Amino acid sequence: MPNDASSTQIATGASLTVERVAHRYGSAVALEQISLHVAGGELLSLLGPSGCGKTTLLRIIGGFIEQSAGRILIEGQAVDHQPPNKRTVGIVFQNYALFPHMTVARNIAYGLEARRVPGAEVKARVAEMLALVRLSHLADRTPRELSGGQQQRVALARALAVRPSILLLDEPFAALDKNLRLDMQIEVKRIQRLSGTTTILVTHDQEEALSLSDRIAVLNQGRLEQLASPTEVYDRPTSLFVNTFVGAANVLPGVLDAVTDGTARVTLDGGGQIAARAPIQTIAPGEPVVVCIRPEHLRIATDGPGLTGTVEMGLPLGATIVHEIRTAAGSSLKVAEPRATGMEPRPPGTIVTLHLTQPEAVGVFRPAA
Amino acid sequence: MATRSIAAYELKLAAPLAGFFVLFFIAPLLILFYVSMQSDTGTSLAQYARFLLDPFSLGVLGRTLWLGVEVTMLCLLLGFPLAWAYVRGPRWLQPVLILVVLLPLLTSVVVRTFACIVILGRQGIVNSALVSLGLIDTPLRLLYTEGGVIVALAQVQMPLMVLPLITALSRIDPNMDDASAALGAGAWRGFWRITVPLSLPGIIAGCMLTYAAAITAFITQSLVGGGQMLFMPMYIYQQATALQNWPFAAAISIVFLATVLAVVSVFNALGRLSRAHA
Repeated sequence: MPNDASSTQIATGASLTVERVAHRYGSAVALEQISLHVAGGELLSLLGPSGCGKTTLLRIIGGFIEQSAGRILIEGQAVDHQPPNKRTVGIVFQNYALFPHMTVARNIAYGLEARRVPGAEVKARVAEMLALVRLSHLADRTPRELSGGQQQRVALARALAVRPSILLLDEPFAALDKNLRLDMQIEVKRIQRLSGTTTILVTHDQEEALSLSDRIAVLNQGRLEQLASPTEVYDRPTSLFVNTFVGAANVLPGVLDAVTDGTARVTLDGGGQIAARAPIQTIAPGEPVVVCIRPEHLRIATDGPGLTGTVEMGLPLGATIVHEIRTAAGSSLKVAEPRATGMEPRPPGTIVTLHLTQPEAVGVFRPAA
Repeated sequence: MATRSIAAYELKLAAPLAGFFVLFFIAPLLILFYVSMQSDTGTSLAQYARFLLDPFSLGVLGRTLWLGVEVTMLCLLLGFPLAWAYVRGPRWLQPVLILVVLLPLLTSVVVRTFACIVILGRQGIVNSALVSLGLIDTPLRLLYTEGGVIVALAQVQMPLMVLPLITALSRIDPNMDDASAALGAGAWRGFWRITVPLSLPGIIAGCMLTYAAAITAFITQSLVGGGQMLFMPMYIYQQATALQNWPFAAAISIVFLATVLAVVSVFNALGRLSRAHA
């Protein structure tokens, strides 16, 4: 093995470029021409439903699958010909894949020993990693004696011990229960910041992607739908899929009337006209469209102009209160409002009027095929 | 109260099997032990002393135990890749391999052993192939050699090695290999540091079964060995039937049984150690 100690001293925060990468399983297309660039030290999420190709892309970056076309570059160097053990890519699996027959310390030392790091340095590095993930007191335990959150921190320490140029996280929080998940997300973000390692996080959980990422790549059916910052993806989704997958949205059919000065006007099939953000897709006036209104951009009033409807159900969700409103045209809309202390849901059957608070937050898209 | 009555039922249900074992296993064993204590001078340990002080007898025991080691090693060497191919190979290969592995179990040992004789004989498939390829001039002596016995026994006992290995290997998370590779370890390091330790329970179970079966395999040992080599089962058989020396045959049997049990308990102890963390 030509590995030597110097391979562990690769500077963290390497950039990653995915260049027109495509992959097919037999005749099934898993990825279509994905291109993206991740800056050094950045945390990028690959977000999408199961089967969207996000895990395939992660495994291609790690070298576990060979792509059908395209290139992977780390710090500008193509790594496509390198097997996983020659790429300096660390990975944390959903089930952590800790070596059950080794102690925590031996798990963390494994990669260093494989890279022929001298014994004294291995010891120092393991201690450093244990301190980073705050598990110094559990060094001699075996993985099965640890809780889920502790196991995940060991997996992270093991991956980071060899100072990988890129860290891949494959749905790392899916196996944790909800309260622990939030703690671990904060922990992972802290460790990622401290180590400065460029990180790719695969997830189907939009909240996780929104809270952790510097940027999010939304994937659907092997295509890159949008690549932008979390707020951009949430506030200005570029496709109907992104608008409905990231956050909630009320989708109403209508016809585009006109687009002027960045504002679109749409006549809803259920009656009434609505102002919206100008569509990104080129859509001619008169064509059928759908509008996406996020629940928090609607307010319930008792009178005044706007869509009228009846309350079907009210759900007090702690900090917010969600009402399901059925409009005269028969479509049902969710409305989310901040809940003041003591505020009760409106009784079913109440006639209400809905106001749109931010027209620029309403998206207009071609209807899904 | 209720649990005690259930426990009582469970014991009653086990009674027929217990009776069967007492009648056909423990009783004959006690008789065997009683017979082994007989000698010209009455009840004594003379038969045991005769065996343990006789270099010839000890040689037979040693050769038999060593034969088991050789067969077990060959089975492990050939069986591990086979089990690996079954667990990690393409899906279509699995039914093919499982048939190949199980087929010997579905055939009589006598039939399989005669097949070995046909294959290994002077005019057998191996020799004719080598001669017609011009690799050798005269047929090799394969049958009635220790090598022949080892190969034949390995073929016969292979399922006992492969099946526990398949079970152990399929329990290993496939992500382990990827995790090892991503940490910079080559395939061999991953194999020795991860795959072998994690499949150790299967390796030990397979070795134990193969070893115990190989050293007691009377038919294959005698037919392929052809009387040229004497192993323990044949030695016992000769003493009992040809020489009518029942006390000595019984004593050899007890010594052989004790040796096999000792080997098995060593394997068991190793197995407990390996299961502690795997």
